[in-house]
Amino acid sequence: MSALPSAAVREGMRQCMAWLHGWTGLLLGHVLFLMCLTGTLTVFKAEISRWMRPETTASAAPADAMVAATRWLERNTSGSTGWFLTAPDSHQNAVQATYDGTGGYVTRALDPVSGAPVARETLGGEFFYRFHFELELPYPWGRLLASLAGMMMLTALVTGIIAHKRIFKDIFTFRPTKGQRSWLDGHNALGVLALPFHIMITFTGVLTLASLNLPWGMAAGYGADVATLYSDLTPGSVTRPALGEKAPLAPIAPMLAHAQRHFGGAPIGRVYVFNPGDKGAVVVVYPSDQKAIGYMPGEISFDGATGAVLKAWTENRPAVRAYQTVYGLHMARFAPELTRWLYFLGGAMLTMAIATGMVLWIVKRRERAPLSIGNRILERLNVGMLTGAPIGAAAFLIANRLLPLGMADRAQAEVSAALWSAGAVMVAGLALRPAIGWPVLLGALAVACACAALLGPIWAGGPVMVTINLMLLGVALALTPLILRQTKRLSAPVPLRRRMAPA
Amino acid sequence: MTVKRRQEGWRYRGNVALRVLAGSVGAYLVMALTAALLARTLPMSRVEAVTTATMIAYLAAPAVTIWAFLARGPWRALAGVALVAGLLALGAWAAGQPA
Repeated sequence: MSALPSAAVREGMRQCMAWLHGWTGLLLGHVLFLMCLTGTLTVFKAEISRWMRPETTASAAPADAMVAATRWLERNTSGSTGWFLTAPDSHQNAVQATYDGTGGYVTRALDPVSGAPVARETLGGEFFYRFHFELELPYPWGRLLASLAGMMMLTALVTGIIAHKRIFKDIFTFRPTKGQRSWLDGHNALGVLALPFHIMITFTGVLTLASLNLPWGMAAGYGADVATLYSDLTPGSVTRPALGEKAPLAPIAPMLAHAQRHFGGAPIGRVYVFNPGDKGAVVVVYPSDQKAIGYMPGEISFDGATGAVLKAWTENRPAVRAYQTVYGLHMARFAPELTRWLYFLGGAMLTMAIATGMVLWIVKRRERAPLSIGNRILERLNVGMLTGAPIGAAAFLIANRLLPLGMADRAQAEVSAALWSAGAVMVAGLALRPAIGWPVLLGALAVACACAALLGPIWAGGPVMVTINLMLLGVALALTPLILRQTKRLSAPVPLRRRMAPA
Repeated sequence: MTVKRRQEGWRYRGNVALRVLAGSVGAYLVMALTAALLARTLPMSRVEAVTTATMIAYLAAPAVTIWAFLARGPWRALAGVALVAGLLALGAWAAGQPA
């Protein structure tokens, strides 16, 4: 692209915005693609977890499941500094638990009736959720990279809008099989049709990591006094050190019943137990986040040893509520079924908008002149990343079906399967000529999706299992005509310039 | 669009580099200082002011980035961002940390 504003001042403004849109989108485009893909899958995090734990079919009321979980943890951990439990709800049936016993913290799904970790050790949908903002990088680098990518996306969205002449018309414009025009039309339609969603999800996404990526308001208000900031933000939670004196945890059921009354009847959502087994133990209970958009609208703390209420809080402060609402809008845990599908659709469109944008960058330049060496590498990186990431996700599901149940570090092995297969596809994408790489690797993706659907239980486990299997098969089916067209083009005598077009 | 040879020169690259500096580091600086100033001056309780300031400040960054590329010249972009950041910093410093 050309034309910085100094070159062509007034009439160049739109061109300048298009230039900025291109570069802000391109620089971390692959990171954004990864984040959007895993974020979109995270909408159905609970359902994916259920798909990945077909043996765990039991269900229990949230409070009963919490009692079972804490009972098991009491018997099977000692010297813990914390148990962080999320109760089952209408979407997930297991208790999601993070706790430490011997060694570091582990994350396990606990059976809602027995309280013991479920047989098929897996991160489930939690993998996609974590990957979405931590990108498998050590703290805080993954979150910082995600924040940076989010800010660039925000800029890319705004500049993309300014660069447009006719937003409304673009919704209805699609000129297929016209090379660059088709890619541009597709990119525009995907971007514009769900534009409010794209802006909302990007803005709220960056804000969820505010304490890490923009701590300066907090620093200006509180200086180094983090303890006061924390207690001001969550006045109902109590932080105190362990006393070093043993004391069994008081019965938890009455605390949960009391908490539920405090929340006005809303079911309990999370239970955090600090220093269990110590006299200074604290139990903090939060309501379910399915009942309101605002995240964690209150909390109540109990003395772990006596069961007495230490502090209770209902959030009414407008700015804090606003932040919680922004946070909740991103997490979508409030969303009923239909809204979740809309989130999924919006996320899928954003993922596709990023993918088409990355391809468009190449197609546009190729139709003008032979590609530079940098753009030829980018073209191959596109092949590897845009097919490698979804293949990694499918490999994660396949590994879940194939790895033996009792295997040591099974959950981590699933993650490794995902990362290694995505890496292998990246290498293949770099090695193969794009005209061959696209159909071959898209074909591999279709096969992987079909395998994930057909390997395991197909019907058992109810509608969740069937729906996800059908969606996987749907992806495989949708890819088939695309692959066939590309292979046909490979053998047809077309001009070289067109033959290199990826679709 | 034809890429003009003139633009591929160092002048053009320097132009872009300065604007990128203003639009990235500069934009973050303005965003951070906006958060700091508002956190100290908004007429609300301390935690409310901090929360509101943080949410508003995010809007500043894309605006600064876009302006950095639209400004008449690269030095003007840098100077503009520096001026705004300086004023915000001065304001935040003058307001002092709330008790």
